[in-house]
Amino acid sequence: MIFTTFKRITKTGFVNFWRNGFLSFAAIVVITLSLCAFGGLLFASAFGRSLIADVKDKVDINVYFTLSTPESNILALQSDLNGLPEVASTTYISSDQALASFKDKWQDNALIMQGLDEIGSNPFPASINIKAKDPGQYGAIADYLTSKNPTDSSGTPIIEKVNYAQNKLIIDRLSKIIPAVEQAGAVLAIILVLVAMIVVFNTIRLIVYTSKDEIAVMKLVGASNVFVRGPLVVSGIMYGVISGIITLVLMAAFAYWSDALILRLAGVDVASNFELVVNLLSNYFVRNFTQIFLIVMGAGIILGGVSSYIAARRYLRV
Amino acid sequence: MIYYDKVTKVYPDKSIALEEVTFGVEPKEFVTIVGHSGAGKTTLMKLLIAEERPSGGAVFFESSNIHRLGKRDMSKIRRRIGTIFQDYRLIPTRTVYENISFAMEAAGRGDGEIAADVPHVLELVNLGHKIWNFPRELSGGERQRVAIARAIVNQPDIVIADEPTGNLDPENTFEIVRILRKINELGTTVLLTTHNKGVVDTVGGRIITMERGRVVKDDKNGRYVL
Repeated sequence: MIFTTFKRITKTGFVNFWRNGFLSFAAIVVITLSLCAFGGLLFASAFGRSLIADVKDKVDINVYFTLSTPESNILALQSDLNGLPEVASTTYISSDQALASFKDKWQDNALIMQGLDEIGSNPFPASINIKAKDPGQYGAIADYLTSKNPTDSSGTPIIEKVNYAQNKLIIDRLSKIIPAVEQAGAVLAIILVLVAMIVVFNTIRLIVYTSKDEIAVMKLVGASNVFVRGPLVVSGIMYGVISGIITLVLMAAFAYWSDALILRLAGVDVASNFELVVNLLSNYFVRNFTQIFLIVMGAGIILGGVSSYIAARRYLRV
Repeated sequence: MIYYDKVTKVYPDKSIALEEVTFGVEPKEFVTIVGHSGAGKTTLMKLLIAEERPSGGAVFFESSNIHRLGKRDMSKIRRRIGTIFQDYRLIPTRTVYENISFAMEAAGRGDGEIAADVPHVLELVNLGHKIWNFPRELSGGERQRVAIARAIVNQPDIVIADEPTGNLDPENTFEIVRILRKINELGTTVLLTTHNKGVVDTVGGRIITMERGRVVKDDKNGRYVL
């Protein structure tokens, strides 16, 4: 009996969906727009996270050592720094590597290369590049270096300079801006989701309202609430499923074509930078497809089904 | 079978639809309720299927006070009452077959039973050839016959017909009356409301006359006296 009832409810839901073509179309359009807003939030979040991670990655401090500092002292300090909880990573750049990097960068500038030859010896100090886990932690790392003030075997301080002071302004600003951007994004997302839910609920409420006389008749011929409400919920779920599929297709299309489009609008040569950034959204879409699928389809089904369930309640009181 | 016990109904706009109405209906009776518009006939019907609640008194179906039943029990009672509305109240997005089969599905009848009974009941009301039409494709008389088919398909204990001929021409009116009489002859109680003198004279039997929400006459072999 339960199976028969379920089969009849499902069949009626499908038939109603098909026969109320215009209303079904309207519901699908509204739910698709709302789900696209969800999808847009997912992309914006992915894009924002990538951007923030990129900015965070570009913020660092360098510790420059005196030219006479033995490498063993530098490596010992690097080991100490790696043990700090605030430090994400450190990179040791020897004076030879610094020289090679400089030459590589300026090889086309004859004047600079000539000046370097005239100096004779390598003028570049060894350094350690430090990346913190959070931009707000650079101050603590700089304080650690100042208080530790490492020396060589003769007691001479080995640190020539720490460039924290020069970067302090930008680091401080970033450490304030990034959490603010993240919080504003979350608030915006919540508002957008609420607006989408209200719009979808009201659309479905209007659709159910057009069926209120039918609901009353069904109740008066002795149909149970489940029998009357079931097909409406099935139709609502169908709106959600179809809207979800359309949204996923639109998101896929957007992900594959938007990267190149954004870069083109920004005037970046896509061909030469292709491998660098162009696959940000498409990679995100492919890598997180299961999660995106569940979020979009789940949101569609819940929006459609639950809205129908709630909207029908009012007219069942016959 | 049915008993209205001092039933009063006052609508929210303070208009009094029924005032201390008391009468009973026995099994297999054919009872016609007559009265002018606003006499309270439709309200009586609505109270019987719990579409409205009484302001005072009680309506009994067998031994059950209808308005004290839970949702589930009320649905069961409604399946034992076949209701025919003046405005047909067919579901516009469903075919004739689906409008009738729905009532059987709601009563938990099996697919085989539905497939056999729906064409049969449509033949009874001479609509076998319109089985796959939608209500919008039918005339008023045909729609009312579909409504009758829906009301009787579950073989209810009682059929209530609220002004079923109100929107019909004389030919269709007497066709509907003929069908109702046939239903009654087969053992189903019929409760009919009308203000059509021709219908009353054709039906005969017990006639309850109402005026301004009160029963003014209850005659076993009544005539139309309004």
